[in-house]
Amino acid sequence: MDCSHVFDFKVNRLTVVFTLFLALFFVTPLLYAQEDTSKAALAAHAKPEDEKKFNLGKFALHHIADSHSWHVIGDYHIGLPVILYTQSGFVSFNSNEFHGDDEAKLVIEKDGQRFVKMHEKIYYASAAANEEGEYVEVDANHHAKNARPLDFSVTKNACTLFISVIVLLAVFLNVANGYKKRKGKSPKGLQSWMEPIILFVRDDIARPNLGHKYERFMPYLLTVFFFIWFNNMLGLVPFLPGGANLTGNIAVTAVLATATLILVVTNGNKYYWKHIFTPDVPWWLYIVLVPVEIIGIFTKPIALAIRLFANITAGHILVLSLIGLIFVFNSLFVSVVSVPFALFIGAIELLVAFIQAFIFTMLSALFIGMAIEEHH
Amino acid sequence: MELLVPEIGLVIFQTIAFLLLMFVLAKFAWKPVLAAIKEREHNIDEALNKAELAKQEMVRLAAQNEESLKGARAERDLMLKEAKILKDSIINEAKHQAQTEGAKLIEKARIEIENQKKAALAELKDQVSSLSIDIAERVLRNQLADKAKQQDFVADLLKDIELN
Repeated sequence: MDCSHVFDFKVNRLTVVFTLFLALFFVTPLLYAQEDTSKAALAAHAKPEDEKKFNLGKFALHHIADSHSWHVIGDYHIGLPVILYTQSGFVSFNSNEFHGDDEAKLVIEKDGQRFVKMHEKIYYASAAANEEGEYVEVDANHHAKNARPLDFSVTKNACTLFISVIVLLAVFLNVANGYKKRKGKSPKGLQSWMEPIILFVRDDIARPNLGHKYERFMPYLLTVFFFIWFNNMLGLVPFLPGGANLTGNIAVTAVLATATLILVVTNGNKYYWKHIFTPDVPWWLYIVLVPVEIIGIFTKPIALAIRLFANITAGHILVLSLIGLIFVFNSLFVSVVSVPFALFIGAIELLVAFIQAFIFTMLSALFIGMAIEEHH
Repeated sequence: MELLVPEIGLVIFQTIAFLLLMFVLAKFAWKPVLAAIKEREHNIDEALNKAELAKQEMVRLAAQNEESLKGARAERDLMLKEAKILKDSIINEAKHQAQTEGAKLIEKARIEIENQKKAALAELKDQVSSLSIDIAERVLRNQLADKAKQQDFVADLLKDIELN
């Protein structure tokens, strides 16, 4: 997959960035669709008499969101530790103590404080239940208005994060060991599986964008690439230890994008800053251009974070919706259409898993490359 | 929009886990792996360059061999030619020498023969004369031994002679 020539020229780089920008728009309808379904979910909430009906939006959103317990099979959930930082220090307990309640109907008392869980978020419980039996104040959109303790719980996503870190460490320490054992020889096993991808990151992502200074950024680019790729694929596995939507979580993508932002800002040379604060244009254009350039510093990583989040979340929603259609129509015959189609989307998601890891790494390298580029 | 609000817990876990992962992998995986790949690529390049150089060297050596072979062949031809000329000249000389030597020998032999012939003839003459004298002596002696006959003979002779 040699596409380095695409990035050889500045014009081409701009075209690539522009295309990816358009690609972002392509996924936004899905986001809107998701918003619509969430509104539908809320509407369903407002009318409890409809609750018996299967709510596709609620179902999909529940599955892509983070969770305090890990659903295994049937009614069996693995309880995960809930760690809260409250006004009186840390409080921790097992999430199974909620007994599957996610409607703020069960109050847990710890250290003289009362907590409820609603939509996988933990709130300080109200003194008394409202008319629906929920120990929270709700607004017109049925969002809880109660205060929240700082939540450092090891959630499903946090667990997946740790699992993926262990998998990544196991895989790449093994690969590194292969290089030590077979010094100067051809790669073997896991090593020969990973080497082309490492070389792909080096030769097609880092070198064309970063020039001769690429080596300094290789650890970040390789780590971010494999972290995103492994987690994207882990997210596609529908059962334990997969199933979590880690790279489709805004917190995760935001942290990764912030890392890119920090690398860009700390490595930006004088040409980069000059281009932002004193570009080569008539002085009166500065009023417009300088704010735009300053905003540009932040829009790039924000776009990075949202692109990854949206793509992965959209893929999960798509698969869940297709499977959910069976329950919406309440007919087994729908599965004849929806299961093969979900399989097809799943196959595409496998491709997207790689492509999104590539795009994130590629654009990170591009942004860093633009900041460290020497002008003569 | 709830999905777009990051949870503080996951942000912290992600930051710690990712940084830890990056530093551990950077130190124990990426650094040795990239170094090993670079070294291997360097070795491959070097080996290819060396092979190329060896190929060039081989071509050069082959050309050199061809050259020296050609030289050797020419030298051989030259030597053969020279040897042939030398041989011819030696043969010619030998022939010539043999001829003169032969002529000389023949001349010598002829002279010797002549001499021998002369000596033999001289000796023969000597022997003939001495033999004739001898014979004559013997004949005379024989003739004279018979006195009566001699007297007869003399008488005969005397008879013929008419005293005038």
